[in-house]
Amino acid sequence: MIEATPNIILHAADVHKNFGGLRALSDIDLQIEEGKTHAIIGPNGAGKSTLLNVIIGRIPPSSGAVVFDGTVLTGKAPHEINQLGISRVFQTPEIFPDLPVLHNVMAPAFARRDGAFRVNLLRSIDSERQIRQEAEDILDDIGLHGRRGDHAGSLSRGDKRRLELAMCLIQRPRLLLLDEPTAGMSRHDTNTTIELLRKIKSSGMTKVIIEHDMHVVFSLADRISVLAQGRIIASGLPQEIKEDPRVQQAYLGGSVQ
Amino acid sequence: MFSLSRKDLAALAVFAAVVLTMPIWLAPFGAAYPGLMQKFAIYAIFAIGFNILFGLTGYLSFGHAAFLGVGSYTTVWSFKLLSMDIGPAMLFAIIVSGVFALLIGYFSLRRTGIYFSILTLAFAQMSYSLAYSVLTPITNGETGLLLARDDPRHLDALFGAQATAAGLPQPTLFGMSVTGYTGFYLCAVILIIAFYLSQKIFASPFGMALRGIKSNQTRMNYTGFNTRPYMLAAFVISGMFAGLAGALLSITDPLAGAERMKWTESGNVVLMTILGGVGTLFGPVIGAWLIKYFENIFSAINTNMLNGLFSFLPDGVQTFVVTVLSKFVGEGWHLTLGLMFVLIVVFLPGGLVEGFHRLMVRLKRQKATPDGVTSVQPAE
Amino acid sequence: MNVFLAQLLNGLDKGGAYALIALGLTLVFGTLGVVNFAHGALFMLGCFCAVTFRYLITLETVTIDPEKLSPWGSPVEVRTPLVQNWFGDFGAVLVDYSVPISILLAIPAMLIIGIAMERGLIKHFYKRSHAEQILVTFGLAIVLQEIVRSFFGANPVPQPIPSDLRGAADIGVWFGMAAHTLTYPWWRLIYLLFSAVVIGGVFAFLQFTTFGMVVRAGMADRETVGLMGIDIDRRFTIVFGLAAVVAGVAGVMYTPLLAPNYHLGMDFLVLSFVVVVVGGMGSLPGAVAAGFLLGILQSFASMTEVKSLIPGIDQVIIYLVAVVILLVRPRGLMGRRGIMEN
Ligand SMILES: Nc1ncnc2c1ncn2[C@@H]1O[C@H](COP(=O)(O)OP(=O)(O)OP(=O)(O)O)[C@@H](O)[C@H]1O
Ligand SMILES: [Mg+2]
Repeated sequence: MIEATPNIILHAADVHKNFGGLRALSDIDLQIEEGKTHAIIGPNGAGKSTLLNVIIGRIPPSSGAVVFDGTVLTGKAPHEINQLGISRVFQTPEIFPDLPVLHNVMAPAFARRDGAFRVNLLRSIDSERQIRQEAEDILDDIGLHGRRGDHAGSLSRGDKRRLELAMCLIQRPRLLLLDEPTAGMSRHDTNTTIELLRKIKSSGMTKVIIEHDMHVVFSLADRISVLAQGRIIASGLPQEIKEDPRVQQAYLGGSVQ
Repeated sequence: MFSLSRKDLAALAVFAAVVLTMPIWLAPFGAAYPGLMQKFAIYAIFAIGFNILFGLTGYLSFGHAAFLGVGSYTTVWSFKLLSMDIGPAMLFAIIVSGVFALLIGYFSLRRTGIYFSILTLAFAQMSYSLAYSVLTPITNGETGLLLARDDPRHLDALFGAQATAAGLPQPTLFGMSVTGYTGFYLCAVILIIAFYLSQKIFASPFGMALRGIKSNQTRMNYTGFNTRPYMLAAFVISGMFAGLAGALLSITDPLAGAERMKWTESGNVVLMTILGGVGTLFGPVIGAWLIKYFENIFSAINTNMLNGLFSFLPDGVQTFVVTVLSKFVGEGWHLTLGLMFVLIVVFLPGGLVEGFHRLMVRLKRQKATPDGVTSVQPAE
Repeated sequence: MNVFLAQLLNGLDKGGAYALIALGLTLVFGTLGVVNFAHGALFMLGCFCAVTFRYLITLETVTIDPEKLSPWGSPVEVRTPLVQNWFGDFGAVLVDYSVPISILLAIPAMLIIGIAMERGLIKHFYKRSHAEQILVTFGLAIVLQEIVRSFFGANPVPQPIPSDLRGAADIGVWFGMAAHTLTYPWWRLIYLLFSAVVIGGVFAFLQFTTFGMVVRAGMADRETVGLMGIDIDRRFTIVFGLAAVVAGVAGVMYTPLLAPNYHLGMDFLVLSFVVVVVGGMGSLPGAVAAGFLLGILQSFASMTEVKSLIPGIDQVIIYLVAVVILLVRPRGLMGRRGIMEN
């Protein structure tokens, strides 16, 4: 089958980021195809999280721009970028520790439905049956339904991570950014998470996933980019990356599991 | 649309009953006179509004007295210029204090944490000082803004409703005077409405967003919430509650002075809220009542009353007891208040409401174990 | 020019007091993480150390001298302070210099008060919310001031300047100006020097002792220092004691400038919070700089020329400056990221 010209949903063009003298990102040119799962791998400190930070507007790039589906993201506020359909799971879980697990998942759904700001005092959270149902379904999928009444701060690290994933999924983003979504999870939880991410894949959501666990990477990724010392040193299909000698040298230390 | 969850509805019913029966249950505490009870109601409104900001978002304003003062001044001006009817007075008080809160909030909310607190404090203290000095034409300086017989009262004049009686005109509600018990019931009904509104806010998606900001502002931003207008909305709403409280102060006693804007007044509402329980529905109300009770009742007790109370004791013991106790009442009521703050925060972390909940839980657990039945008094 | 200098000097001694109070407050903020609303009360207690000391050394014996008669024929009461009975002229000097000498009483007294406060109450609140810290320290401040009121009453208790140090120094002459062009009261000059010495002493202590190093490291990163196995608890106690002493001696020396009353602490509390925050959370130099800056600006704003130019400015200057600085610089003059920002 001949692929039609792929639809590029996200394009980071010529992005540079310096922290003082440190070149965290240089000359990044990254294109993400719509509907695909794109993995970014690379050693610690390579600049992977920094790249995501630039995309979601957490830090401004020193130069270059990020374009999402025809809209320039650079210079936009984080909430505007989210409202365009980009959600992110952070490397260290960012949840609402003081809210019940269920409300953690419902809040992002309100942001999706009501936009960035709305004072609706007339409805109550309990009367929002539809959003509540959606949240419970997702908690069910992710295996946290039993803890929906607990404060999120009391969850284990792995559970917090899954909760954060649920918070992103309920927004049904067009682009989901995952920064090491399985770090700190047991083998079993990692596998359920992979399953869950596979399931979403069929829904056509585009995903960028940063991961050190090669098992996760190779079971999910359609394409892989390798980042080392702030540069993309290789980009391609999983098989190509596996065999690329530069990658083996720079990152995998010559041994691919 | 105006509905509440079953639990909230029950809470509202209990609350309304408690407030409306104040004249009955406050009598044994010596506090059942309208002048004091309406203060209870007014400061509870102030604290409820403050709690919408502090309790939900965690932003600690140290300048809320400014809105109380603005509400008061606006009310008296409305009496002077428009009408002695309290309807327009309250309406304007809420609007003007809301606008004022919008201004102060817009700048203060550029900062977080203690920087925010000090900004609000600075704005309020400036308002306070200016009310005494430069703004004298509006505030009448140290004397305070008073009614006068020859105030224009354009609206009243329009409807030909001129004060006939001698002396100063009195605030009215549809021509009905609002002194004495009427004044109290007016404040009581408004307090119940304020409580209901805060219940609605607590239960709404808006309230959830505010809680989200308190819990993790970063997550809120990356979840697509624009937190700034949420904060500003909360700030303005709580400023309007304060303005309403200020209006009621001037309705029940038609004058307005700058001391209502002083930082001690801002500090008072902070203490009321923390004392009762930050972020709880009942906490701020209980805190407000407790502090106002001490301020008004304990300060009024004198040695004679104590002597009367302890006259059943032998003479020497009586003198001793009265001497010791007199340190804690009358002028010494502050001492009692300070001790109460310390004791409550040490023994009931989270404030009275939290502490009470915890006590109940422990009591229940003790009941479950047959030999652990001890009588623990709730510390109220 | 001279007017300018005079106002600058006027602002400096007030600034010195602000800086001293803010120094202790920010030290406690920074190391212990406690919002201490009782800090103003410590200043007030310092003032009353001076009052107490003077009260004690002026306890007197009253004898009736039958030889001498007053103009209306009754015997004259002769009052002699006990110290004068015991030490003669030296006793008289003691009475005259009661304020500076009472520092010797204030240091141990404030240290004990500080340590007792920290051990007895504050230490249980390190992990509690700021709101609860505010409530408990505010309650404590009220209790302390009420205790003082019950002993000393509600009226201000003026303290005299030692007779040798009354009057003004003709500072202008020192700088080659004509006589009487620039004068400055001796006691204010002394207060300024005193605050400079105390501030310098605190900084030297933090800079050059191992204890100070640990405290500074603690201000920068509390958790790491805790993990290093250093006994922070004991150090916290000492830091709190130190802050109490600094606030206390600042109060002692301030008594001749402002007759202390029991609620003096509350008046200074708000101001010292503004100073600390304008200086920036977690920064000692910031607190000192802000103290002097606000003191000086306040003194300029109270000049009649300035007041006629901008009416009411003297009333609001401190708060106005605070607003401007905090809006221009997110963390005050020298604040560090992440301290008390949430
Ligand atoms: N805000 C910042 N300020 C200064 N330096 C930063 C900042 N954020 C990241 N860095 C530096 O940039 C480099 C890249 O960091 P980044 O977090 O992007 O790495 P990473 O690839 O995500 O690593 P890891 O696999 O450990 O998560 C690191 O050297 C890091 O110290
Ligand atoms: Mg990373």
